[in-house]
Amino acid sequence: MAAKKVTKAEAQVSTVRRSKHSGVLSVVMLILSLLWIYPLFVVLLNSFKRKAYIFKNPFGLSKTPISKGFAQWKAGISKTFVGWLNYANAIKKTDFFHTFGYSLFITVVSVALIILCCSMTAWFIVRVKDFGSNLIYVLCMFSMIVPFQMVMFTLSKLANMLKLSNPVGICIVYLGFGAGLAVFMFTGFVKSIPLEIEEAAMIDGCTPIQTYFQVIVPIMKPTLITVAILDAMWIWNDYLLPALVLNVNKYKTIPIAVQYLKQSHGQVDWGAMMAVLVLAIVPIVIFYIFCQKYIIEGVMAGAVKG
Amino acid sequence: MQKSIRKYWPLFVLPTMAAFLIGFIIPFCYGIFLSFCKFTTVTDWKWVGFQNYTKIFFVAGKLDTTSLHSLWYTTLFTVVTMAIINVAAFAIAMALTKGIRGTNFFRTCFFLPNLIGGIVLSYIWLMIFNSILSNYSMTIVSTQWTAFWGLVAVVCWQQIGYMMIIYVAGIQNVSADLIEAAKIDGANNRQLLTNIILPSLRPTITVCTFLTLTNGFKLFDQNLALTGGNPGKQSELLALNIYNTMYGKTGWQGVGQAKAVIFFILVAIISLIQNKVSRSGEVEQ
Repeated sequence: MAAKKVTKAEAQVSTVRRSKHSGVLSVVMLILSLLWIYPLFVVLLNSFKRKAYIFKNPFGLSKTPISKGFAQWKAGISKTFVGWLNYANAIKKTDFFHTFGYSLFITVVSVALIILCCSMTAWFIVRVKDFGSNLIYVLCMFSMIVPFQMVMFTLSKLANMLKLSNPVGICIVYLGFGAGLAVFMFTGFVKSIPLEIEEAAMIDGCTPIQTYFQVIVPIMKPTLITVAILDAMWIWNDYLLPALVLNVNKYKTIPIAVQYLKQSHGQVDWGAMMAVLVLAIVPIVIFYIFCQKYIIEGVMAGAVKG
Repeated sequence: MQKSIRKYWPLFVLPTMAAFLIGFIIPFCYGIFLSFCKFTTVTDWKWVGFQNYTKIFFVAGKLDTTSLHSLWYTTLFTVVTMAIINVAAFAIAMALTKGIRGTNFFRTCFFLPNLIGGIVLSYIWLMIFNSILSNYSMTIVSTQWTAFWGLVAVVCWQQIGYMMIIYVAGIQNVSADLIEAAKIDGANNRQLLTNIILPSLRPTITVCTFLTLTNGFKLFDQNLALTGGNPGKQSELLALNIYNTMYGKTGWQGVGQAKAVIFFILVAIISLIQNKVSRSGEVEQ
């Protein structure tokens, strides 16, 4: 019903307006949206340029205008163009493949832990009504309003003491710090699942574990995806938590590697920086192209509930 | 049924709660305790009462305005970004709900920066800003205002796409019957916007306003990477100010923790107001 309404509304709006301005609007939006992602192309362009030329002429390949003749223009380009040199530097300086691996591992494992453990907890606290369940729910709600700065010092020291300063341990930290939002969102969804389905499964002889995995998980799938996407976006891009919790001399995630590219040299090697930015952005763009539908739906759902 | 589920609590609840204890509850409680102590690590604490809190504003008997500067700078930043992001996101969302050609492509482009993290985004813009400003022999950290508008631009670029998605969802949910009825009554586009669409969008506007508000208030990554608080400490937002107090000077960890507690209280107040505002909206409907 709701879906029907939406399409009707869209159709309504579009038939009236399309006739008049839609062509003009389309062109304006096209220019605007290309300008919007233009900075990414600037980075891509500069990642192939010699360091010294990046700031001299960031928006073009050659300082010699093409009006001076093709040969001169080409000579200008060949002076600034360095091929894959910046990339080689960047990969060496940031140990990019390891860094990427740690980022990927931490994100995947943390997200898996969060959606598995938190959805189980959420189901439990909705179905078992007692003081403990209420307390957990209230604490989770409360943790959502606490900024990270409040706990950063004690959390990083505690993680050190418990030997969690490695890519495996930090996943437990993420589970703990991310539990609030996840449990809150899952509880909201579990409340809407009719009890009869589970009762039927239990009467048929399912244990609670079987009921959970065979009945509840399939029903919860859309919410699981939503939370997975919101948390993946958070963890992949997170800087401060891993920078404080991880032993950064041994393990770096991508945001940490980018930030340390600046610190370790005082001056920034902008050639390597441009290359590492491209290397950091490309996987995100690929992921985005393949999962766009889920990402956008996840954001919509997350905003309505959060 | 409740009984049979309850027996399984070690499996369903224990892992999450153990991690929650490590990741949130213990650090939070211990953090509040430490804000009343002088310490350099978590074990060598010495109780000092409210001394850390007074040290935020008074150093050696003199008024220290760094924190206050950071507070109003953050407030100004938050208000400016909140206004720009919401107006721009709403305008783009309106354009993208008219069924024009290429809507999906436009949406993809506008949302893309949001997926890129704050640190990476900031270095993209640092390069662009500095190469433009170098023509005027300036950098992004020449004055606190170049830093300010630089931060505003980066944050807007990042968040407009996100808020746009939420506005699109909201606009698509505006009752079609209501729009139809208004049109039959002869409402023009402007009247449709101010009398039908905006009032129906009230919950969405509340969500987006408060999201941008808390995002602005808690901003850290972009601040660290783009300006690093320079020049001087003049472009330090609150989160970075806390971080620098805590990790920048030895012996000041307690003051940093005290600032963090105050920061938490400010954020909590914003959240409570949000809760109240969105509740009152629900009652009206």
